[in-house]
Amino acid sequence: MAHNGHIGCLGIDTRKLGMWIFLASEIMFFTGLIGSYIVLRFANIHSWPVPSTVLNIPLTAVNTFILICSSATLVMGLASVQRGYREGLQVGLFLTVLLGSVFLSIQFHEYHELIHDGFTISSSIFGSCFFTLTGFHGAHVLAGVIWLTVVLIRSFLGYFSPEEYAGVEIVGLYWHFVDLVWIILFTILYLI
Amino acid sequence: MEGTVSHKKPNYAAIFWALFILTIFEIAIANMPFAKVAVVLLLVFLAIVKASLVALFYMHLKFEKFIIYVIVLFPLFLAVVLTVMVLNDRMPTLLT
Repeated sequence: MAHNGHIGCLGIDTRKLGMWIFLASEIMFFTGLIGSYIVLRFANIHSWPVPSTVLNIPLTAVNTFILICSSATLVMGLASVQRGYREGLQVGLFLTVLLGSVFLSIQFHEYHELIHDGFTISSSIFGSCFFTLTGFHGAHVLAGVIWLTVVLIRSFLGYFSPEEYAGVEIVGLYWHFVDLVWIILFTILYLI
Repeated sequence: MEGTVSHKKPNYAAIFWALFILTIFEIAIANMPFAKVAVVLLLVFLAIVKASLVALFYMHLKFEKFIIYVIVLFPLFLAVVLTVMVLNDRMPTLLT
């Protein structure tokens, strides 16, 4: 990093340390939600529906692949700017924004179909859990897409270089965390 | 980036393909006629492997200092303890 003022007493860039501490609070938030889901599911183990009878698993599997791809495009963008290849960063960020937007569109379509079929946040305890968990995750994806768009614009304005790419690395930490949470949600909500 | 331990770049493409293939395995296992307990354990194991790959290589946790592990893993540990303790209420149901 070009600015030594960003290095804290722990020898870690303070912006990155701040993001990790924020992510720790996010871990508490999501593990709290997931823990509640597990407890509620076991409390209603005999009446809990088989997820595949309610949810569209193939569509969500596609969405999972999309989010995995978006993490790959972002990390490739980061690797590009580290090598001084700015166009690679711009392409990586653009594809990540695009894939994140597609993910949100598919989730919106999924919600529309489920609500049309009578599966709502108030229709059952499974509905409450499903919409709470995926809704909060979707809100995080939306925040990530907006943030990534800002970083993409900044990349076109020449803010990033092989010496200064913290802005990309920090949004990357957030985005990969959102991907990581989805990996867990896809398994526990849709597959199990 | 200063403040970050210099390290060899992970093979991002390999991580991507690993995540891709593990997701296919997950979907296949979810539709296998195995015992429910075996399916759940396998799926949870695969999800943990995938999440670990993302955290270690995409988020570069593997190359971070110990303090970052403490910041990240301690709340995770507490949340698991909380869930397991509350689940005690349901243990008799689960074991019968």
